[in-house]
Amino acid sequence: MRHTIAVLVENKPGVLARVASLFRRRGFNIESLTVGTTERNDLSRMTIVVEGDDRVVEQVTKQLNKLIETIKVSEISEGSVERELCLIRVHAPPERRGEIVELTNIFRARIVDVSRDSFIIEVTGDEDKVNAFIDLMRQYGIKELARTGKVAMVRGNKR
Amino acid sequence: MRAADALVKALEMEGVEVVFGIPGGAILEVYDALYDSGIQHITTRHEQGATHAADGYARASGRVGVAFATSGPGATNTVTGITNAYMDSSPIVVFTGQVPTSLIGNDAFQEADISGITMPVTKHNYLVTNPKDLLRTVKEAFYIAATGRPGPVLVDLPKDVTLADIEFDYPKRISLPGYKPKTDGHPKQIKRAAELVMESERPIILAGGGVIISNASKELVELAETIPAFVVTTLMGKGSIPENHPLCLGFVGMHGSKYANYAVSESDLIIAVGCRFSDRTTGNLEKFAPDAKIVHIDIDPAEIGKNVMVDVPIVGDAKKVLARLKKYIQYKQRKAWEDKVNEWRRKYPLKYSPDGFKPQYVVERVCEIMPDAIVTTEVGQNQMWAAQFFKVRYPRQFISSGGLGTMGFGFPAAMGAQVAFPEKTVIDIAGDGSFFMNIQELATCVKYEIPVKVLVLNNGYLGMVRQWQELFYKERYSATCIGCEKTGFEAIAKGFGAVGMTVESPSDVDDALKEAKDIDAPVVIDFRVDYQANVFPMVPPGAALNEIIDEE
Repeated sequence: MRHTIAVLVENKPGVLARVASLFRRRGFNIESLTVGTTERNDLSRMTIVVEGDDRVVEQVTKQLNKLIETIKVSEISEGSVERELCLIRVHAPPERRGEIVELTNIFRARIVDVSRDSFIIEVTGDEDKVNAFIDLMRQYGIKELARTGKVAMVRGNKR
Repeated sequence: MRAADALVKALEMEGVEVVFGIPGGAILEVYDALYDSGIQHITTRHEQGATHAADGYARASGRVGVAFATSGPGATNTVTGITNAYMDSSPIVVFTGQVPTSLIGNDAFQEADISGITMPVTKHNYLVTNPKDLLRTVKEAFYIAATGRPGPVLVDLPKDVTLADIEFDYPKRISLPGYKPKTDGHPKQIKRAAELVMESERPIILAGGGVIISNASKELVELAETIPAFVVTTLMGKGSIPENHPLCLGFVGMHGSKYANYAVSESDLIIAVGCRFSDRTTGNLEKFAPDAKIVHIDIDPAEIGKNVMVDVPIVGDAKKVLARLKKYIQYKQRKAWEDKVNEWRRKYPLKYSPDGFKPQYVVERVCEIMPDAIVTTEVGQNQMWAAQFFKVRYPRQFISSGGLGTMGFGFPAAMGAQVAFPEKTVIDIAGDGSFFMNIQELATCVKYEIPVKVLVLNNGYLGMVRQWQELFYKERYSATCIGCEKTGFEAIAKGFGAVGMTVESPSDVDDALKEAKDIDAPVVIDFRVDYQANVFPMVPPGAALNEIIDEE
């Protein structure tokens, strides 16, 4: 099963290496990992998607908590907002541009760069939406693709 | 003030009395500052020796051990010692020199990324790049090393940082928002544990190294007597209860006694304190104590539920939790269980064949002649015989590399313990293989007059490996014979300027030990024991604790 874990850490050099080292050493598999700043500039937030049963996730959580620079670890399950951004360079010859623009609009994605025979499209959403859009673009020929991995937040008041 | 001077002053304020280490280019400023300080420095002959000595000092005294090393090879030589301290939760702080910040990343002479290398084997580590952070870092390093579940902390000091001019303003407070060890134990869980104790007919206490680290031996013995419950220990827990106490069954696991292993296997409740259910302690996990409910008390939440499923988890300091748990418990006689365990104890004592010159005999005599000595061990057969036949009387008396199993640990650790307790007899029960791994520290012991006694149970083999080859590899003794008639430990010891002796017969053991005990200098005794002696009983790999076998 896949689990999303949000980790609030001190914004110091080497923290990412510590987290990565911990995952490697304990044999936990990272599916995706994003890091960025938060509302406080002394704190960073990592969103880690990890594959494993409940016991694995319990160990991951406990081991992350042991890192001195970890402030808080929380598992994000149902009732959360999850988003990911993806850039796709898709083959777009003049005769097919109309279709691609239409699909882009349906997905509320945006064309952010146009060249002679390709577009760069930016799509944001939860994982399923991004996957669905990528699937649709395959028929036109995807030349390059970059995903950010997901960020997540629990709905409602801050706990 | 020069940062290096500030560092040394900070160490003095932390109560550091002795540092083990070796100087070198990148840490010269610090050594220059040390020259004017009251802190004793013991120059070891290898940085591994320095870290093990700091570790031994920490385990014997309960204080933080400190080691210094220079950059590059000096720093990488500390890695085994740091890992060893990490696995056994021993509080040490290691300061390493580093190339100047302007050169970091350039593959400069004697540059090694020691903070990167030690990341997975330290409780925490630092690379100080701004001199302004130095004193705060030192304060945090000592605090982190000694509190919660203790462990090693490394502080890497670039040369320009130690050379910088800073103000000496040693912080009084610590701000580590992500580090707040829980020590109290949840009251509800403690009550629940007490209920399980009162319901239990066959309770047993499993005491680990955490009991010793937390100085909770008194509380442990009181709880055991109140219930009453038999106590088994892990290897690291030896000494948490005096081993001549009627409730103590000694250590459990792969080479524990049959009665201790049977008692755990048939118990209906295990109160595990400060231990981590390592594979050497539990045997086959699926068949481990099948009828037992488990209460697990540990200061590290990540240890609870890691290896075994636990019925009552209690995160807290052993001393506090045991004292609280005792308040909810009334004495209840459990005659049938008591009789059963005592019957096992009568029927299956630890034993060995008395023919020839047996290493076990040497350990038994050591225990008789030097019962109060601090005992360190190396790793392998010597360690297991020491654990089986040396009856430990008080906490911190028995010092051994449990988690990492580091051959070469015992001798420098004994050196550290002796520095902490100059008036005590300190012995290293060694094998010939292990002793060679840090034998260079004999020069240190001679130079600083550290009168450690090394008792080499010399069988000419890497004995534990040989034993496994005999039992599980059809007696194919691949690469384990290291004996050589031309190499004598007596001559080696004398060459270093220490006292050397050779003992070839059991009848000479007592005299040699008595003589050595009274020599105020380092002594090496070469006991030429039977090489065929093996460690039994033994839980074969993959077997359950109650499937323990004897020699036959």
